[in-house]
Amino acid sequence: MNSSVIIFPGSNCDRDMDVALKKFGFKNKMVWHDDDKLPKSDLIVLPGGFSYGDYLRCGSIAGKSKIIQSVIDFANSGGLVLGICNGFQILTETGLLKGVLQQNKNIEFICKNIFIKINNSENKFFSNIEKNVLELHIAHNEGNYFCSEDELKSLQDNNQIAAYYCASDGKIDEKSNPNGAIKNIAGIFNEKKNILGMMPHPERMIDQYLSGEDGSVFFENLIRNLK
Amino acid sequence: MKIKVIVTLKSGVLDPQGKAIQQTLNGMGFANVRDVRQGKYFDIDINENDEQKAKLAAEEICKKLLANQVIEDFKII
Repeated sequence: MNSSVIIFPGSNCDRDMDVALKKFGFKNKMVWHDDDKLPKSDLIVLPGGFSYGDYLRCGSIAGKSKIIQSVIDFANSGGLVLGICNGFQILTETGLLKGVLQQNKNIEFICKNIFIKINNSENKFFSNIEKNVLELHIAHNEGNYFCSEDELKSLQDNNQIAAYYCASDGKIDEKSNPNGAIKNIAGIFNEKKNILGMMPHPERMIDQYLSGEDGSVFFENLIRNLK
Repeated sequence: MKIKVIVTLKSGVLDPQGKAIQQTLNGMGFANVRDVRQGKYFDIDINENDEQKAKLAAEEICKKLLANQVIEDFKII
């Protein structure tokens, strides 16, 4: 399986993602934002970080970069696209995903482990996954997912909510919402479920000695689903 | 010609920074401050002498980049 990670000026989770993808069997290539063509890929990843220093709005400048039109074409033709953290912000800024990531409700940068409950596993990302509650890491200042009531309704009706922030036992409540995201939303899909954007970082949870292994569960499952 | 643009959050959209500023002002003794909404201001120099054309260009600039219309409104002044 071939994957590509796009690097923007200010990306800082690109190499972690490269390590994670390779660890679980992807042949990964790094792609510079100023290129205009993507290598042949089964998966495109927009990594976390602070592309363009978060100028204007998080992800807004990266969302207009040269490579993005190829990413949009790839996504529109059904290719799998994963955006983590800043990558999620970029996906909303391109319009590939609905809504927007606003500043955290408590105006603080949040860096901690959280739990998410997978809400829809009828897609390439989560189908057959062994666990439906994962402990992952978040590190962001703008992770407060927001969309209009109509958009929320259409996300719910089309089963586009990928994961909710929850307690360790999977209970979804206000207490386990770290950033004020509407309905505890941690990640969403596009309508066809080939684009996933989420704030938590699975690539930071692939080593039992460093952090945890629920990210391994995610990547192992993903590559199995793609084979 | 020079165009000025103001981008603000739509009413009803949570503005945590504005809220913090309002609370700080209340704490400083400005007890009559009921609400603060923070926005962005842009000075744009467009190489165009026709005001109508410049404003049309500015509108497109706002829609395509400066404002995220999911949560923000813009005003060209």
